Amino acid sequence: MTRSFAELPARARLAEVVDAGTFHEWLPPSARVTSPHLAQLGVPAAFDDGVAVGRATLAGRAVFVAAQEGEFMGGGVGEVHGAKLVGLLRRALRDRPDAVVLLAESGGVRLHEANAGLIAVSEVMRALLDVRAAGIATLVLIGGANGCFGGMGIVARCADTVVMSDIARHAMSGPEVIESAHGAGEFDSRDRALVWRTTGGKHRWLCGDCDALVEDDPQAFRAAAIAALDTHRPMTLAALQHESALLQQRADVDGDNADAFELWARLGVPDARTVPDLDADAVRARRPTALAPLSTGAA
Amino acid sequence: MAGMETLRFTFDGGRALGPFAPTLVGVVASGNLEVLVEPAAAPGCHVDIDTSARGFGGIWEAVLRDFHARHGVAGLTLSIHDMGATPAVVSLRLDQAMAAIAGATP
Repeated sequence: MTRSFAELPARARLAEVVDAGTFHEWLPPSARVTSPHLAQLGVPAAFDDGVAVGRATLAGRAVFVAAQEGEFMGGGVGEVHGAKLVGLLRRALRDRPDAVVLLAESGGVRLHEANAGLIAVSEVMRALLDVRAAGIATLVLIGGANGCFGGMGIVARCADTVVMSDIARHAMSGPEVIESAHGAGEFDSRDRALVWRTTGGKHRWLCGDCDALVEDDPQAFRAAAIAALDTHRPMTLAALQHESALLQQRADVDGDNADAFELWARLGVPDARTVPDLDADAVRARRPTALAPLSTGAA
Repeated sequence: MAGMETLRFTFDGGRALGPFAPTLVGVVASGNLEVLVEPAAAPGCHVDIDTSARGFGGIWEAVLRDFHARHGVAGLTLSIHDMGATPAVVSLRLDQAMAAIAGATP
């Protein structure tokens, strides 16, 4: 029986994705580097502030890794949580592992920590882009039940490679946020089918927003991460123009804010209505080739 | 510390555990808790609790007394961050922690 990546806690995901027994954690729970803000709000801290960071090997190659615990405050990025990610990324600049792999599960900024959380997320973005620019492969794996939203949604798109499962979600504003701002008529957050076909892994794959679509299986994520260890997408002018053209194309075909079914059909996805019932393998085959990100390869 | 309560218990007696690596089980989430188990030089079983649910000291003591009766361990500290877990969940997490340190070499 395969295990569900989504159902595993953060450290168990790490243990299954990297080579067995190779994860060495920095600032582990026993170091008690915890949030200085939560106690004032009557909220217990977590010993690791909701993120595990460290080094490991992946297919024998040196990687730095991080995993966010979505069960703790929805994976929200607080000051310490963000600083652990930034420290990991800056250390990667110094030590130059082959890749940095982030197992993201987050609703974005931890609003309890207000500006400290906002600044933390922006620092993570900058640090990740620095690592990517240094030619170290950056990978974000999204497979948790809480998805990857808000500031962490942006962080994910700063990486060379994004891997998602079909039950993963990735977007800026989450469903409840959209509904509370614009009403259930605009977006019904309780309509799970709507939520998944608007933010889920299949949608992201078909639109070209993620680079690999896998089943909800730790070994599938591991295989996708190994396959992307030499994928570098330098942010050249040509690459940015290609991204921009893809976005423009999507905006053009989606002029009237079509439902995802209609959008997929207009983008050239065959039998769009059947997509939600297909497994990841079948959906992978349906992405129109024109929507793939700019060709990638070893730097 | 508005809203939060800090509790501390020590249970004497029991067999001293061999060396083990600090181990974390559970997660701070609604109705859940995390337990960090660490070796301690002092004898006894020490328990430190931060909980968001005030006024349940007597129940904590009963649940921990049961735990100590089940496992009879000494030479360790249990540090707990609790977000309103029920006694049954707390007991399961404590048992999970004992199972986890059995496989945790220092």
